[in-house]
This record gives sequence, C-alpha cells and structure tokens, in this order.
Amino acid sequence: MSPWFQHLPVVPVVLPLIAAATILLLTERTRSLRIAVGFFSIVVQLLVAIELLALTTEAFPDIWPQGVGAYALGGWPAPFGIVLVIDRLAGLMLILTAVVGLAAFFNALAYQDRVGPHFHALLQFLLMGVNGAFLTGDLFNLFVFFEILLAASYGLLLHGSNAQRVRSGLHYIVVNLVGSLLFLVGVALIYGVTGTLNMADLPARAAGLSVADRALFDTAAAILGVAFLTKAGGWPLNFWLPGTYAAASASVAAAFAILTKVGIYALLRLGSLIGSADALGQAGGTALLRPDLFHGGLYYVGIATMGFGIFGILAAQQLARLVGYSVIVSSGLLLTVMGLDHAPLLAPALFYLVGSVLATSAFFMLIGMTERAWRVPAPQPAAPADALPLVAGDYVPFGVRHSPAPHAPDDAVGVAIPAAKAFMGLMFAFCVLLVTGSPPLSGFVAKFAILSGAIRLASAAPSTPAPWLLVIVTIAAGLASLIALTRIGMRLFWSVTGRNTPRLRMLEAGPVAMLVLLCIALTAAAGPAMGFLEDTAGSLRAPRVYVDTVLAAEDGT
Amino acid sequence: MEAFLAIAIGILSGSGIWLLLRPRTFQVIVGLALLSYAVNLFIFGTGRLRSGQAPIIAADSPVVVAGVADPVPQALVLTAIVIGFATTALLLVVLLAARGVTGTDHVDGREPQ
Repeated sequence: MSPWFQHLPVVPVVLPLIAAATILLLTERTRSLRIAVGFFSIVVQLLVAIELLALTTEAFPDIWPQGVGAYALGGWPAPFGIVLVIDRLAGLMLILTAVVGLAAFFNALAYQDRVGPHFHALLQFLLMGVNGAFLTGDLFNLFVFFEILLAASYGLLLHGSNAQRVRSGLHYIVVNLVGSLLFLVGVALIYGVTGTLNMADLPARAAGLSVADRALFDTAAAILGVAFLTKAGGWPLNFWLPGTYAAASASVAAAFAILTKVGIYALLRLGSLIGSADALGQAGGTALLRPDLFHGGLYYVGIATMGFGIFGILAAQQLARLVGYSVIVSSGLLLTVMGLDHAPLLAPALFYLVGSVLATSAFFMLIGMTERAWRVPAPQPAAPADALPLVAGDYVPFGVRHSPAPHAPDDAVGVAIPAAKAFMGLMFAFCVLLVTGSPPLSGFVAKFAILSGAIRLASAAPSTPAPWLLVIVTIAAGLASLIALTRIGMRLFWSVTGRNTPRLRMLEAGPVAMLVLLCIALTAAAGPAMGFLEDTAGSLRAPRVYVDTVLAAEDGT
Repeated sequence: MEAFLAIAIGILSGSGIWLLLRPRTFQVIVGLALLSYAVNLFIFGTGRLRSGQAPIIAADSPVVVAGVADPVPQALVLTAIVIGFATTALLLVVLLAARGVTGTDHVDGREPQ
C-alpha cells in the first residue's frame, strides 16, 4: 500500500484549518490572495473527497479491500487513540460538503463576502467541522467537530449583521448550546458505562453490559439522539430552523443546507453501530437495541416533523422561510425512513438526501438573487414619488455597485444578461421540481423509490399501518410544497410590481446553475447512483467490517 | 461524597434550566453557565469519585487500577470547559449586539405586549 494514500483521510480536516489560519493572517487589502487560498482549499478538498470515495470502491481493490479505511492519528492504536474512518457514506458526504462549499464560495464572491469581515475564514472553519464530523470515529471528537462547525456557523449567520440576523442568531446559538450540553451528558454517560469513546468499540462493549448498565446506556443513547435531532431539525426541536435560515444571507444559507444532514449522518452512523450490538453480543443482549437510538420512536418523530413542515410550508409568507420548512420536511422524511428500519428503503433515502441538499442549496442562492432584484421598487402606490431615495448602503439595488469595504477592488462588474429573468424563472422551476419531488428530476426518482419500497413493505405486512402513513404524509408534503411554491412563484415572476429586469452576475448565477445541473446529472445517472448507494446502505447494515477495520488499524505510518 | 455531588449537580441544573426559560437574555446566559457547570461536574463524576489519587501509573510499580484516578474524564472536562467558555463569550457578544440593535434585553428582541 503506497504510504501517501494512507494519509489522505486527514486532509479534509487539516487543509481547511491551515487555509482558514492563512486567510486570517492576510489583511483585507489582499482580497484576491484570500480568495485564491480559499478556492485552492475547497477545490483540493473536493478532489481528495472524490479520491477517497474512489479508494473505498472496487476500483482500487488493493487499498481498502473492505471499503473501509481507518487512519490512526498520531499512530496510537484504535480503542485508545483517536481514529478517522472513511467509508462510502463518509466519502459521499465529503463530496457533498465540498460541492456545496464551492457553490457557496462562488456565490459569496459577488458581494456577500464583503459585507462583513472574515467570511472566507469562517467558511473554511465550517467545512473543517463538517468534514471532521463525517470522518471521525470517536464520540468525543464528534462533539468537538460539532462545536467547530457550530462556532463557524454562528459567525457566518451573523455575517453582515442586521437586527433580524442578531435576533435569530441569539435563538440559534442558545438552542445549539443547550444541544451541545445534552451531547456532552450523553457522551459522558456512555463513557461512564462502557469505558470507551471509540465508536467502533461501542457495540461489543454495549453487548456485554449488565441489565442495569444497559438501561443507563440506552438512556445515554437517547440523550445523544436528542442532541442530534436538534441539529437535524426534528420536531419539536426545530423551531429555530426556518427563522435562522431565512435570516442568513443567501450564500450562508446555501452552505447551511448541509448542516442538518450532519445530524442525520450522526444518527445513521451511531444507529448502525449501536444497533449491531446484539448481533455482536455474546450470550445474547439484555435488551433489544433498535438501530435508531430511540427503540423505534424515530419513526414518530419523523412523521411529526413532516407534519409540522407541511403546515409551515403552507403558512409561510416569505420564500426563504418556505424553503427552510422544506428543509424540515426533508429531514422528517429521512428520519421516518430511518425509523421504519427497512433495509431496501435506505438507499433511496440516501439518494433523497444527496438530491435535497443540492436542491435546497441552489434554492437558497436563487432566493438571494430574486430578493435583491425584486425588492428595490417597493410597491407603495400611496407614497409620494420622491419620499425615499435609494439607500446606497442597502445591498446592491439594480446592480449598482456598492462595495462596503471602500478599498476592496470592484472586480465583479454587474453584467446584464439579456435573458436574466428567463434564467431565474427557469432555475426557480427546476428548484421547485426538485424540492417538491415532482417528475422528471432527481427529487421524483428518490421519492418514487421510497414510496415504492414503502408500498411493497405495506403489502408484505398488511396489518401494520406505519408504511401507509409514510406514503400518505410524503405525498401530502409534496402537494403542499407544490401549492405553496407555485403561489409564491406566481407572485414573484408574474406580478406587475416586479417589472424591472434584474441584473445578474455570473458569480451568482453560475453556482445555482451548477447545482441544478448536478441534480439533472444525478437524474440521468440514477441507475448507477442508486446501485452505488445500495452498496453504501449495505455496508451500513453490516457494520462488522467497520468495527473490525477500525480495531485492527495499525499506526498511520 | 457521591450524594453530595449528585445534589450539587441537581441544584445547578435545576437553577440553570429555570433561568434558561426566563425571558431576559442575561438570565439565559447565566442559566447556560450554570447548566454547563452541572454538565462539567457530571462528566467528572463519570470517572468515579476518588480523592487523593493521581491519574498516572508509575512506570516501576505494578498496575493496580483501583488505586488510580481515571484520566479520560479529566481530559474531557478540560476540553468541555474550554469550548463552553469560548461559546459563552461569543454568546455574550451577540447578547450585547442584540441589546444594542433591538433596544431591549428580551430574547425575542421586543417587549411582550
């Protein structure tokens, strides 16, 4: 095994850290240098993520033949040292993170990185936290990476602060601090009961526990699950989400699209490992552990989340809040499917996860563009014509260049794309199709696969109503978001008040188009993608390989 | 000693949760601080309570685990304190900004009617 391959798993954590530190050292005067460092870092992250994913597949059978690679930091062997673990799910999420990060990076270059200091450094820290959370094989390090990504997200949310951002930022920070405290309680309890923090070491330890200790362990797992649900946006812990996402600036909200999925990923990973405790246990476990940390309760949380999201979507008056609620619905669907614990449904759920992250990220950036283009001529027929001059400090009306940092170079000149309005309308239509899961795009493929799997499950066991409820609520969610988005789209694109031709910049339009094109490519390649995701889901269902690989990991030299 | 620690954790988390649910931002931040003290004590307690024992095994003596304090919760609690300190400081800044921007110290940014 060539040695440099072995060190690849640490790159997605270390590289953004170094990049962020470098950007912090550069002054505001050298903006192009900052941008270059940030761009280099994200592109290399993307390439490394693709390489890591390729190494876990059959294409390179001699590197990690089982599809799981472990990297022992500092060379300490696994149960005692800290490990980074790369498998197919982690590799997939790393690619998704880098793609969303790249899109948010370009989108912010138009003007948003200049409305406040340190945007690029904060974005790198966010990517570092997210990458680390996907890679780590240690519970306490998961907590640390969660804190890194949260701290960066606090800064990004308040970036270019206004009253609304400060107000919702306060709620967001308090909720997440409480969530982190719960996380700590769960981790401490698990350590107290099992004596290990290594996630691969947990199943065997959990299986050998006495009845009393097992009860404590289950409690700890449930407390951890509550912390993850707070991040994932599960009802009733998600009231902070729509306001926060609507308050954040467009490129920040686009980057945040991956954050709820970090919670989902943690639930999936720990559920997969802890759920296998009984299979590994000697002389049988004392209690039946379900793979969702809540003994099947995740299903009901998911259904309630979707219901809450549906009502929110129908009630939302503001496009950004509406998309925030659709993030909640997508989290709810994933939680429901995970709670059903039916093997053939997992791969479509992962497909849905990928598609929904790309679609919501594109949607948030599109909203930023439409809001800017449409807000300027305020529809106030009663007001006198000369009442208010256009405030120069308020974003970029009509594409008039306004750089909040006066010495920053104005290299991004607003270009009037003749078909700007057509482009935005088209992108809006694509985003609606993707988010609602209407044919023919990837959202439909994912939802169709989930629904057909659920219906097959329901017809195999007609006495259980759970799959039918999933089918009904999923279809209702699609219908509700279609109605709400059509209503808001008609108001945005067909109303007489918004007649001015918006000016687009390639920097803003490009990332949206890129993400939408990726979704279209995902639709076109749905067959191979679904096959790959079935392998991924299969490895989640059989965590034995993960456990054995991590515990057998040699030092990282 | 266990009962004493448990009561202390209980009082701290009880007061912390009560303050967390209050409407003023200052009460919320004090509540969060109390809660994080409770959690830190709790983490410390998971290593079992022992007094006067070092978390270090001497190289030349035979290893008797019963006579040694568990070093891992100590490391965890140190990390948790540092992270909690940093995030609380950040929250304090946001709290002051919110006071300045909205003109009130209510958590919703406006006084209830």
